[in-house]
Amino acid sequence: MINKIAASVEEAVGPVADGATIMVGGFGTAGIPNELLEGLMRVLHDGSARNLVVVNNNAGNGETGLAALLKTGRVRKVVCSFPRQVDSQIFDALYRSGDIELELVPQGNLAERIRAAGAGIGAFFSPTAYGTDLARNPDGSLRETREINGRMHVLEHPIHADLALIRAERGDRWGNLTYRKAARNFGPVMAMAARRTVASVHEVVELGQLDPEAVVTPGIFVSQVVQVPRVQTQGGGFKA
Amino acid sequence: MTHQRRSKDQIAALVAKDIPNGAYVNLGIGMPTMVANHLPAGLEIILHSENGILGMGPAPAEADQDFDLINAGKQPVTLLPGGAFFHHADSFAMMRGGHLDICVLGAFQVSATGDLANWHTGEPGAIPAVGGAMDLAMGAKQTWVMMDLLTKQGASKVVAQCTYPLTGLGCVKRIYTDLATLDVTPQGLKWVDAVDGLSLADLERLVGLPIAA
Repeated sequence: MINKIAASVEEAVGPVADGATIMVGGFGTAGIPNELLEGLMRVLHDGSARNLVVVNNNAGNGETGLAALLKTGRVRKVVCSFPRQVDSQIFDALYRSGDIELELVPQGNLAERIRAAGAGIGAFFSPTAYGTDLARNPDGSLRETREINGRMHVLEHPIHADLALIRAERGDRWGNLTYRKAARNFGPVMAMAARRTVASVHEVVELGQLDPEAVVTPGIFVSQVVQVPRVQTQGGGFKA
Repeated sequence: MTHQRRSKDQIAALVAKDIPNGAYVNLGIGMPTMVANHLPAGLEIILHSENGILGMGPAPAEADQDFDLINAGKQPVTLLPGGAFFHHADSFAMMRGGHLDICVLGAFQVSATGDLANWHTGEPGAIPAVGGAMDLAMGAKQTWVMMDLLTKQGASKVVAQCTYPLTGLGCVKRIYTDLATLDVTPQGLKWVDAVDGLSLADLERLVGLPIAA
């Protein structure tokens, strides 16, 4: 019998190796798997893993969740599109003191690079960022470009991960998932791109109870499902 | 000579008036968000939000705020009947794949050839953040800009060549400002309208570039 339902968050997150790349779903605070991040920090506290690479759209809000993970000093690099938030003070301080690396990726290239990893694509050409500073490698050299159908494109490589932590709404023991509103965001593509994907859900249902026409992430992409209590959705993030 | 500048709401109203019925539109964070308040009643204009929403509606009453339903600026919004949710790769496929009709973005500078600079001042100590700006600028069928024409120091933000880091090359089609509206054409800048009393010659002097009538 396949049973991907984990008894605890710590069991679901499992051991994390030194230098691991960890994808974290969410956009602002919508879809951030806070309970899994707290579990991850407990797992990390008992181990020696450092030099982690975190992939998320942002770089943490306030003092909890992803921000708290950055504060542990175990994260070497953040890959994201929009680190600067009204309450991203922990990332801001680490960045300004040179204690964390930033790989800034246009949001659509970020999503597609993650999707490409999950879909087994070797690399792809994207028109986004052509002619800008984000079409350069970390050493400042220009990335490979190509004119295709009269338009210039930049070569983009997939982003693979060792672990993806995502927040879903409902799941079953085969790992099938549905999401809630715009908290879906990066969850489905990150689930595909990691060697191991852990999803938190607010409801665990029996096989057959999820409408097969409405399953968003099929269980093949999911390693572990763990139920967490439903909490009030929270604000935070960019303010104009 | 000083002129009565258009307010942000007046600029937003001008942008809204030019959006055709049935258009799929993305409004960038900041000033462009205000365009939503001026969309003409009776038209069906479908708003896209980069975080996976089509058919985005106005802000809810405070008691109905749901932070699983937010816009790109992370403010709570609503979903209209007929609206849909989707994941990030699909959302940006809507831009990059040329499905989105119009995006409206703020800007630091726009060049006479339609280059856009709106994501980074490049100042030391500034934390760079790009979000979906580059994907939107290059992906939408039409990219419109909404901004003040002049900086606080009085320099034109419409320039021969951008000095700020670029968001996209040759992507801006129209520029709405507090003093005038300009089209960016293959032949250069073209006059669309201006506030009362501002002549073409005045505008050319402010911008420092030739503008076709």
